[in-house]
Amino acid sequence: MTAPVAITLSVNGETLTRAAEPRETLADFLRRDLGLTGTHTGCEMGVCGACLVMLDGAPVHGCLIFAVQAAGASVQTVEGLSESAMIADLQRAFHERNALQCGFCTPGVLVTAQWLLARKAAPSREEIRDALSGNYCRCTGYEAIVDAIETVARRRSAGEAASRFLEEPA
Amino acid sequence: MKARAFSYVRPATVAEALLAFAEAGEGASYIAGGQSLVPALALRLQAPERLIDIAHVAELRGVSCDGEWLRIGALTRHADAHDDPLIARYAPLLALAAPHVAHPAIRNRGTLGGSVALADPASEFPAMMLALDAEMEIAGSAGTRRVPATAFFQDLYQTAIEPGELLVALHVPVARAEHRCAFDEFARRRGDYALVGCGVMLAMPGDVVAEARIAFLSVGSTPMRARAAEAALAGQALDAEAIRRAQAALADDLDPPDDEQVPAAMRLHLARVLLGRLLGRMEMAS
Repeated sequence: MTAPVAITLSVNGETLTRAAEPRETLADFLRRDLGLTGTHTGCEMGVCGACLVMLDGAPVHGCLIFAVQAAGASVQTVEGLSESAMIADLQRAFHERNALQCGFCTPGVLVTAQWLLARKAAPSREEIRDALSGNYCRCTGYEAIVDAIETVARRRSAGEAASRFLEEPA
Repeated sequence: MKARAFSYVRPATVAEALLAFAEAGEGASYIAGGQSLVPALALRLQAPERLIDIAHVAELRGVSCDGEWLRIGALTRHADAHDDPLIARYAPLLALAAPHVAHPAIRNRGTLGGSVALADPASEFPAMMLALDAEMEIAGSAGTRRVPATAFFQDLYQTAIEPGELLVALHVPVARAEHRCAFDEFARRRGDYALVGCGVMLAMPGDVVAEARIAFLSVGSTPMRARAAEAALAGQALDAEAIRRAQAALADDLDPPDDEQVPAAMRLHLARVLLGRLLGRMEMAS
């Protein structure tokens, strides 16, 4: 039986049931079946990091897990992180520092950055680069990305509230 | 690319998993973290007809210690090898190696059991099973058995696991106060496959090395123990002369192949440099 099977999972806080072919990756499921196209599919073999999503709270490659494997799990995509304003300060800092050019890698980079800062309030630049080692960016050379994440770490430690990026662009 | 179509089952117990495989025959494949298997499916290097998802089998989970052995369930994730307090205390070599395994997102999903069962000679954890003198617990239709690491890794991607059998747990003799361990590797970028990697376990009840176990990754078709280098250290004080002799002995232990990354002589040289650094660090710390 390779026919679609019904799976129930939580995506961005909403529990939903959909039919998925066993061979459909979580990244394709999010993009095609749910229209959540913020999760990007680049290499589709776990190298580039553009498809990172939070699975039960930790970043994983959406291309290296089949949707059926995620049945019963809780998934957060970049849409969920941004709409809840959890990463509003990161988005703002990326904008201010021009930490993206084409933007293809940015959703995965934001997922990594949010997870890193949740685990370590004041990471060193070396630790930031280490955390980003699985996120390929071919535009920026990473320097601005590291700057932006470092800035947010400093702002969060100082207790600065995140201003909503969408409502008041810098 | 996308994987070929397959069917999917999710057993709840080891017995159900073994049965699911037996029903499907050679066309089945177990999947746990899938961090090596899914790329192989996407590239169509493999095309099983049935995937048996063992990620929800409770018997394969958890880390526990009975005082002599640390039992690491096969589903323990790479990230847990770094964070788990029992592993940090009783098998600290695994915690040292964990940050070198691929990238953070892979470590959040990949499992120790999967890595050891795949037996990639360039992977960190299979080599560390050798350095730790671990035993692999394997379940099959005839029951379970334990295979020592030295008999487990047989050839390139070949282990003592027979088709249909399942790696259940890794058993590691607990590290005692007299043990010292160290790990490092040379990779072009963090997270890349290592050009050479090495884990060292020394039993040093006093100033003299009672027992040494040295295991290398990325030096051949399997992870490898460096027995001549170990013998050069046994019974010796850990000093510059003993370290130099252990480095020299690696010529008898390792015969790395030439490949497109580095020539064989350079790989042997890097192995010597790495072993010297690790033992030097342990000398400073002892």
